[in-house]
Amino acid sequence: MAHKIVKSRYFGDEGLIETMAEVPADKLKAWGPGTELKIVGKPVSRLDGYEKVSGRAVFTFDVILPRMTYAKMLRASVPHARIKNIDTSKADDLPGVLKILTLKNCPKIPWHWGTTALFDEEVRYEGDEVACVVAETGQIAEEALGLINVQYETLPFVTDPALAMKTDAPKVHGWGNIIDEKPSVYSRGDVEKGFRESDVTFEDTYSTQIVVHNPTEPHCSVAAWENDKLTVWDSTQAVFAVRDTIAKSLSMPESKVRVIKKYMGGGFGSKLEAGKYSVIAAILSKEIGRPVRIALDRKEMNLSAGNRPDSVQKLKAGARKDGTLVALSQSSYGNVGAYPNGADCSTPLRTLYKCPNVQTEEYSVLTNLGRSRAYRAPGHVQGTFAFESLMDDLAEKLGMDPLELRKKNFTEVDPESGRPYTSKRILDAYLQGAKAIGWNEKRKPAGSEKGRFRRGIGMASQIWWGGGGPPAYCTIKLNQDASAHVLAGTQDLGTGTYTYLAQITSEVLEIPLEKIQVTLGDTETCPYCGLSGGSLTAPSVSPAVRDAAEQMKMKLISAASAILETAESNIKYSEGKMSKLDDPAKTITVSEVIGEMHERVLVTTGAREANPEGYEINSFGAQFAEVEVDTWTGKVRVIKIVAAHDIGRVLNHKTLLNQFHGGIIQGAAYALLEERVVDEYTGKVLTTNIHDYKLPTVQDTPEIELIVVSESDPLISNTGVKGIGEPAIIPTAGAIANAVYNALGIRIKSLPITPDKVLMALSEKI
Amino acid sequence: MSKDSKNGGISRRKFLQGVGSGIIGTYVLTPTIASASEKLTKNAEKLKLTVPVSMTVNGKGVHLQIEPQTTLVEVLRNQLGLTGTKVTCNNGECGGCTVLMDNKAVYSCHILALDCAGKEITTIEGLMTGEKLHPIQEAFIEHDGLQCGFCTPGQIMAAQALLLNNPKPSRQEVLEGMSGNICRCAAYPSIIESVLAAAEKTSGSTTTMK
Ligand code: FES
Ligand code: FES
Repeated sequence: MAHKIVKSRYFGDEGLIETMAEVPADKLKAWGPGTELKIVGKPVSRLDGYEKVSGRAVFTFDVILPRMTYAKMLRASVPHARIKNIDTSKADDLPGVLKILTLKNCPKIPWHWGTTALFDEEVRYEGDEVACVVAETGQIAEEALGLINVQYETLPFVTDPALAMKTDAPKVHGWGNIIDEKPSVYSRGDVEKGFRESDVTFEDTYSTQIVVHNPTEPHCSVAAWENDKLTVWDSTQAVFAVRDTIAKSLSMPESKVRVIKKYMGGGFGSKLEAGKYSVIAAILSKEIGRPVRIALDRKEMNLSAGNRPDSVQKLKAGARKDGTLVALSQSSYGNVGAYPNGADCSTPLRTLYKCPNVQTEEYSVLTNLGRSRAYRAPGHVQGTFAFESLMDDLAEKLGMDPLELRKKNFTEVDPESGRPYTSKRILDAYLQGAKAIGWNEKRKPAGSEKGRFRRGIGMASQIWWGGGGPPAYCTIKLNQDASAHVLAGTQDLGTGTYTYLAQITSEVLEIPLEKIQVTLGDTETCPYCGLSGGSLTAPSVSPAVRDAAEQMKMKLISAASAILETAESNIKYSEGKMSKLDDPAKTITVSEVIGEMHERVLVTTGAREANPEGYEINSFGAQFAEVEVDTWTGKVRVIKIVAAHDIGRVLNHKTLLNQFHGGIIQGAAYALLEERVVDEYTGKVLTTNIHDYKLPTVQDTPEIELIVVSESDPLISNTGVKGIGEPAIIPTAGAIANAVYNALGIRIKSLPITPDKVLMALSEKI
Repeated sequence: MSKDSKNGGISRRKFLQGVGSGIIGTYVLTPTIASASEKLTKNAEKLKLTVPVSMTVNGKGVHLQIEPQTTLVEVLRNQLGLTGTKVTCNNGECGGCTVLMDNKAVYSCHILALDCAGKEITTIEGLMTGEKLHPIQEAFIEHDGLQCGFCTPGQIMAAQALLLNNPKPSRQEVLEGMSGNICRCAAYPSIIESVLAAAEKTSGSTTTMK
């Protein structure tokens, strides 16, 4: 199968991405609905299970090299200041200290789109990088941090985005605190006219908190040089992005930087970009001539490893009496921390339902706090909570069943582009999800429950891009013993990538899983794949793997036809054997073919095909929650979540289910527990450990039922897969908030729904 | 300290002293800094003081020379190369570093290695017999009690401690027994199933330890 270069587009982590990509010239026939597959889709146990349960899996955190040294970062202790002087002499003299990097001796390497440098003389949040010490041991490096004397000229700071937007607020940078100095605006139709023509309107303000990724494996990096070549082990969701950033920062050819990530202890978006620590480790390693390891500690993770921005969303909906939406508007702002980023969250409002008149305006606001980063379904999690709360409120006002309101406004085409979706099975999700939660039998009118414990049922819908796209490549090497090695420059975050890529290879080449080895996350040995975020990995990489495997099969058939002296069309491939159709006794095995070819290894490289023109690719779903509220303590308990989703083809039922569990539990914790707390008088983050920052434990596990309403989406790609990482978390908080409303008849409009808010709301109602 | 020793001149002799009688196969070198330096203040000297400690790790006696403030997890990871035990919070909050001390689950980041003198420590590596996985480890694969796998060794050790003391726990007892271990990927439902399945498999053969 020949390849060609085309212009392609896909929705990535940051929205629509237009790119040139190498794609197969001819599309393979897709594994559509009804295609019977032997191993793809089955609940196969993880191939990397042994390494992980035995403790043998080497995470970046565990990389130990001969002569390795340890680095620790000194971080700003104040939210905003100019550094007048840094005195490292005492620390330099500490035995075991090898080198200290500060703005005095480090080249000015631009960072965050040139708004700062690797080390800047201005620090803009508590936790901003000030110096880095490398020493013989971690303890010595830590001790040295305390001996560095930094003189700050403190500057006024601001941590609350509402205050930061005011004209007289302290400026985080020299310029204004609103990114681009204006809101990002979207509109279709005439929203004012729409509201005038509505029978019913409803408006309210909903808000969400900042939450921190807190993956279990700390962000870390190990850098080692060999002459002019640098190898970096990095805990990252994007090996190629890290390679490119390091190469650029150090002005060296990309070919001389190798980034490796084998196992990674979670990222959820926080590890999508190269950290300053990776570049600094590389610089220090070069200077001292020894490998350097740097790992952030939990406090650093909570200060400076990213977060999901908060939001204050003023929403308004207008509808006809029968529930038909006529107009929607949103005005919102969110806190992106000290360096540019986006806090937009209006996509669900703009695209979930049919509505002719829509207007949104959104402000991304800079403050003196750690910078936000993409966090599992960026924008959609906060946007869906608010918008789906509004839809519930609107339904109440219309006297309609909230589920009926959603069905009423179903759209078959993307409301922004007018293009049809490749597939959209959300109505099935409503139907099956409602049945599984007992929507009709169990749901009572809002607030009709009495007594101490009150139960409620609520739901919310979900939309996400998640269709992936090119460029993504995969190389398969087939050995003479008919074992295969699959290589792809993607990353496994715990999502099962190693396993499902082997399943696809096994499916096509009909070789057992035990004979397949998968290598991911190595920029030197693997062909290019994009970042692992945005639910892009499975839909982008799986078709490339299938392409490579199908090419391998064709190569084998072609060789067999030459060896058996017959036409290719007369060769049947089955279970690693090729036989003549007209003379089945004439059979040759893969091993014999490769032997005959005097080659020890056959190699093919497959590519992800282009996305279809004229369509929108999205995943859809709905989650239904049953909660119980203790009206004496204010505590909300999630009893059950039913998640019904259209996600195209399932590659592995076991890892899929697990990923859904994770998304739902994280979503429930977002709804009820997690929050980064900041003291606005000192600019200090108060929740820098995971005792104060409330992560869910096994005790916070509700019953979860997953219903997959899709079989395959053959329009997207040859595997028909959509991504699932983000869909799993998007509607959870909205469904829980709506269930709490159903239980109490009171709406809690700001997340997290903590006991104090519930008690306060109850007392106000009395 | 001279230029040379700053660039890696570690007192190898001192390091070897710490290793003891070589009962353990491989060591990863975590150097103790040489004390022969004019610049070393009295205070720093005190800090670099090392003391001996002996304990049993995964069934083998180990004799180490450590700085008094060293935690158990530092000894395990840095001196014994047992990197199966992870550090997530380093603050006794997450269970990532769970190991068994005399068959009870402890947070190894929160225990001084000195306090382990004479104790029996079991890490994830010690759960296996050669390359053969322990039934709990097998159950975690079979029931997919993991995603990224970083919390997994700690989860498995917590499960082992639970099952040693209560071979047939109820679901509620599993929730209580495992609640000191954070899994940010939130593989909790699969972890619960893994532990229950492991209990099913092991309860016949495991004797209750007190
Ligand atoms: S690392 Fe020890 S309890 Fe968290
Ligand atoms: S599996 Fe990732 S933290 Fe538990």
